[in-house]
Amino acid sequence: MKPGSNASIMRLLRTETFPTPFCPGCGHGILLGALLRAIDESPWPLERYLFVSGIGCAGWIPSPHIAADTLHVTHGRPLAFATGARMVNPELKIVVIGGDGDLASIGGNHLIHAARRDLDLTVLCANNETYGMTGGQVTPTTPLGVQTATTLQGNRERPLDLARLAEAAGATYVARYSVWHTRLLIRSIRRALAHPGFAFIEVLSPCPTQAGRRNRLGTPAQMLRALNERCVPLARSQQMTAEELQGKTVIGELVGGS
Amino acid sequence: MFEKIEPVSLASILPPGPAFLQGDEACAEGAIAAGCTYYAGYPITPASEIMEHICRRFAELEGRIFMQMEDEIASLASCIGASWAGALAMTATSGPGFTLMLENLGYALITETPLVIVDVQRAGPSTGQATRPAQGDVLQARFGASGDFELIAISPWSVQEMYSETIRAFSLAERFRVPVILLADEAVGHLRESLTIEPTVRMYRRSRQGGRPPFGDAEVPPMPAFGQGEKLLVTGSTHDAWGYRRTSSAAAQAALVERLCRKITAHAEEIGRTISYCCDDQPLDTLFVAYGFTARSALRAVIEARHRGARAGLLRLVTLWPFPAATVARHAAGARQVIVAEMNRGQILREVQRVAPAARGYHRTDGEIIQPDELRPLIDEGGRQ
Repeated sequence: MKPGSNASIMRLLRTETFPTPFCPGCGHGILLGALLRAIDESPWPLERYLFVSGIGCAGWIPSPHIAADTLHVTHGRPLAFATGARMVNPELKIVVIGGDGDLASIGGNHLIHAARRDLDLTVLCANNETYGMTGGQVTPTTPLGVQTATTLQGNRERPLDLARLAEAAGATYVARYSVWHTRLLIRSIRRALAHPGFAFIEVLSPCPTQAGRRNRLGTPAQMLRALNERCVPLARSQQMTAEELQGKTVIGELVGGS
Repeated sequence: MFEKIEPVSLASILPPGPAFLQGDEACAEGAIAAGCTYYAGYPITPASEIMEHICRRFAELEGRIFMQMEDEIASLASCIGASWAGALAMTATSGPGFTLMLENLGYALITETPLVIVDVQRAGPSTGQATRPAQGDVLQARFGASGDFELIAISPWSVQEMYSETIRAFSLAERFRVPVILLADEAVGHLRESLTIEPTVRMYRRSRQGGRPPFGDAEVPPMPAFGQGEKLLVTGSTHDAWGYRRTSSAAAQAALVERLCRKITAHAEEIGRTISYCCDDQPLDTLFVAYGFTARSALRAVIEARHRGARAGLLRLVTLWPFPAATVARHAAGARQVIVAEMNRGQILREVQRVAPAARGYHRTDGEIIQPDELRPLIDEGGRQ
């Protein structure tokens, strides 16, 4: 069976927990698929993995779906829980998955300190720029002007650049992709898994239910295409002016890439 | 069904015999003797000496991990992660830090994670007086986390007990898969006095048996570690015996809460530890109920009263939660007056009054210890009644 193929990655799942709780058009299922393909193409057996996630839609990406040890914890704290497991058992391959609310808002403190310690963790932030599970409130990564359940006139607070935050805090592998860029994302997760330090990947993931409908962003397919148009590869971004980069998101391996 | 596990014997790390330590240091040594392999904490007066002593001593020992975390929330979170990775984990703090830990205390309770939390209580609320003793976290420990649960809290009164009750806290945590809180206070934490180190330590260790449901079936189910190949599902949501979330099943919620509570209450006698002093010649004129440092003053007052010919006694509570109601009731029944002395406004008094309604309290909340002399008039008044 070809590693990374559909049939092969199905073996990594507890299929009895299907369907997943994700809404139609949610990007988180694509991220789950990319993660499984990266794991399947990597040398470590699934028994070596521990998946730690918090509260929010992204917390459901690994738990209960992946057929491995999972630790589904309190809101914002997955990196702090993962720290204990990391220190006690160096054999574990630990993947932490959280959303922007989980990792960047309530858990922002743990993010900067886990990065500062350069703990051997693979961290995937499924950034959908909203609190999906609780009804679409503003998060620290919601772009300016976007309407949410708690920014009726449009968001007036500048969003955090999570990849740059992780870099500044000391992460030794930092990348950003969207779920549109699945091949690049799979390669990046593989590299993050192999990276012997704090690897952080920000993964832009559309939320058609909460963000899309409220802001009239069209169908999930249209949202995915818009995500692609918003993203600029790192190399190309270096040729662009600040004006041209306005409203764009730079993707690629930002720290520790090849 | 109760999961039968046998206690193990460990050689003490410190040389057996007399020692002289500070309370916080003795707590750290007790943790080391019990086999604590993971400590995570955040600096806070008056508990920092525990962290510093563990940091220094772990560096001398094999296989022990010390982490200074970014806050108390992360400290307890990392202890839970460490415990599920197979470690015996502990954190120590004081009231304000303990408040931050309540979030993940709830998580440790619902996931049945064995670990020890030391709260060296200081005067509050909030920042209060960092270097002054208090016993104001007794109810916070019992009821601070959300939802319904039972847990274990222990109150040491001496440097000896800062050592030996820390060991017992680990043993109980392992036996019942529950967070155990050592409710010390600044006075006992900063006290320096002699203690005796026993040659061996006897304590329970969790079962790590695989292939059995880790959250049900047995009263205290086995707890395999991450990496053991058990595909563990550990969640803070209501779950079934295998850890699958059951977030809209009334039956699953009821069964989980029932078992979390019952595994403690059904063994209250085994968990309970109370010691009575001068209580053999009932009826007593005065029975003191006290715990922690306050019990030292109460004992002194009792001994002095006995020299004056007054029939006074002391029931000292070592285990505070689950509350040893039957023992308190039995002792209270043989006394003309019951006085609960504590450095709070009556947190244990409330429990005592549930079994001895006439009990009254003697309280200090000014950051000063209760002195034996203050208790003497209470005894004399009782004698005159």
